[in-house]
Amino acid sequence: MAVSVTALGRLSLPRRLAPAFWGEAHLGDRAFRLCTAAFAAGALLTLAALALQMTRASALSLRRFGPGFVLGTEWDPVRESFGALPFLFGTVVSSALALLIAVPVSLGAAIFLSELAPGWLRSPIGFLLELLAAIPSVVYGLWGIFVLAPWLRDTVQRPLSGALGGLPFFSGTPRGFGMMAGGLILAIMVLPTIASVSREVMRAVPVGLREAALALGATRWETVRHSVLPSARSGLVGAIILGLGRALGETMAVTMVIGNRAEISASLFEPGYTMASVIANEFTEAAGDLYLSSLAEIGLLLFGVTLLLNALARLLVWRIARLPDGARRA
Amino acid sequence: MPRSLPLAALLALAAAACKREGAAPSEDRPARPAVSLQGAGATFPYPLYSKWIFEYGKQRPEIRVNYQSIGSGGGIRQLIERTVDFGATDAPMTDQELAKASGRIVHLPTTLGAVAVTYQVRGLEASSLQFSPEALAGVFLGEIARWDDPELAELNPGVPLPAEPITVIHRSDGSGTTAIFTGYLAKVSPGWNEKVGAGKSVRFPSGLGAKGNEGVTGQIKSTPGSIGYVELAYARQNKLPVAAVRNRAGRPALPTLEAVSAAAAAFTGSLPEDLRLSIVDPPAESAYPISSFSYVLVYEQQPDPVKGQALVDFLWWAIHEGQAMAPQLDYAPLPEAVVRKVEEKLRSISPSKRPSPLQGEGSWP
Repeated sequence: MAVSVTALGRLSLPRRLAPAFWGEAHLGDRAFRLCTAAFAAGALLTLAALALQMTRASALSLRRFGPGFVLGTEWDPVRESFGALPFLFGTVVSSALALLIAVPVSLGAAIFLSELAPGWLRSPIGFLLELLAAIPSVVYGLWGIFVLAPWLRDTVQRPLSGALGGLPFFSGTPRGFGMMAGGLILAIMVLPTIASVSREVMRAVPVGLREAALALGATRWETVRHSVLPSARSGLVGAIILGLGRALGETMAVTMVIGNRAEISASLFEPGYTMASVIANEFTEAAGDLYLSSLAEIGLLLFGVTLLLNALARLLVWRIARLPDGARRA
Repeated sequence: MPRSLPLAALLALAAAACKREGAAPSEDRPARPAVSLQGAGATFPYPLYSKWIFEYGKQRPEIRVNYQSIGSGGGIRQLIERTVDFGATDAPMTDQELAKASGRIVHLPTTLGAVAVTYQVRGLEASSLQFSPEALAGVFLGEIARWDDPELAELNPGVPLPAEPITVIHRSDGSGTTAIFTGYLAKVSPGWNEKVGAGKSVRFPSGLGAKGNEGVTGQIKSTPGSIGYVELAYARQNKLPVAAVRNRAGRPALPTLEAVSAAAAAFTGSLPEDLRLSIVDPPAESAYPISSFSYVLVYEQQPDPVKGQALVDFLWWAIHEGQAMAPQLDYAPLPEAVVRKVEEKLRSISPSKRPSPLQGEGSWP
């Protein structure tokens, strides 16, 4: 993802002045430049082609439902009545839930690994953490079905429902499968991404900053709080965005535990449905033109949501980068 | 000239390769298949089709059949776009879909599928539950929400039904299994027909959605008090507990291969000309009520005579010799009367009017 790469780059790499695009005299350099420019253009063109193709594929549904599609709450293939709101809700809520759980945990892990852990412990833990990111999502999903969901039902949801069942978030029958399981499995999946990128970002903070803080008599916590975290800020936001990207697009593992019902419910026990899941579930067997077109529009919407959230995040990174240093404020 | 060295090596290699290839035709079987047939569609019959393709390939090595189990919807789309030679589907094509095709499409039943109702209820691991059509619809509609519901208790006298909520597990992905199951419920229950309807994906009024037969099974296994439906072959191979369903004759029927074949046999007198027929809720004493044909779809006018002939030969073999392989893979064989109908259809496919003489003579009617 572009956001975090630039964020990283800004921190650790010295900015080099790019030579003028056509100014290079050497033939090899020019060929090289053209070649790489073509690759970069290829990525952009693919994106544009994708957006165009999806818009064309969803033309029928766009015409039929108009903007009401986004706010429609019914998804009934038999009666060809389609609305995207339950999926939009499911995607946003499950991803938000995932970040809510994963961000504190992974930042904590990153701080421990980069600042506090003894040297001999750092690389094995770091390695294992990255290994977690390499597990295929279907494996997470299977684990979710057979371990996570029953555990959630018996050890988390039953007591919660007993103690806080009056709250809308914890009402309904505890089944294990549902929005809570979806958010939790996403949290576990994005954790290694956020943690390992954050650790790299914090490692890139110059040692001098830490030493200066320590020399002033700061404790370990104060050093981290006032010199490491502020300098790493924009990189950390980048890491979180990277995690968010994975959460928004994750399909298989979520589908296997979220319950797949196109309904909006405040309760975390109730099943939900995400945009990526409904496409994966229904596309292969969707026969009607309007049905296919509506699924394509869901894809377009997911594309839009991802783009929007990334743009917002990018803005956030810019804002943060321009803020005065937290260390100075404190 | 050092540059020409690798080139020379490459040439030598190529020459060697040519030599080896040249030796091949001396074998009695041709090295490369002369005809290659592409098929795509339903996932349900895939194990049977791949067995057929393997066995048929041994008999007729010059015909190679490729079948991709991409789902019925994809198979129908590809057939309409003519990117495959045959499609496969569990639910017959709709009139709307047929109208989109650029030629007449023939439905050929190849085997029978059924949907089994499976469950996990504490204390009932050994006993088989019984459902009436109304009770089954009630459970999946969410109207019967507890296992100790009086309607279920009445159907299962002496069975210790627990005082627990029922969790319905249904397929979340579009599937022929769902089409058969909801087709059955829509036929036997006016309430289901009105509120939900039938289709490959429907809006289930209650419960959790799981992806694939394996997903449904997995969620049932890890959720006490759950009930769901899976395709019969899957239930049998995984030894899942299955419920008996009362058929139209009022008899409880377990999903056995015989009971499924009996369901198809009950309709042989009233087979429509295009063979598109739902066989749920059959009027037969011994029949299991939730079953369906699985079809291969081909164009009546075959553009390529060689390919067309190969396709007819393969399908002819599949509905005769191929049927014997069905039971061992947990598919119900077609009743004799249906095989006759499919023979008629195969003869109508042009340009070939009959299976080629290479085909086993024993299978002629």
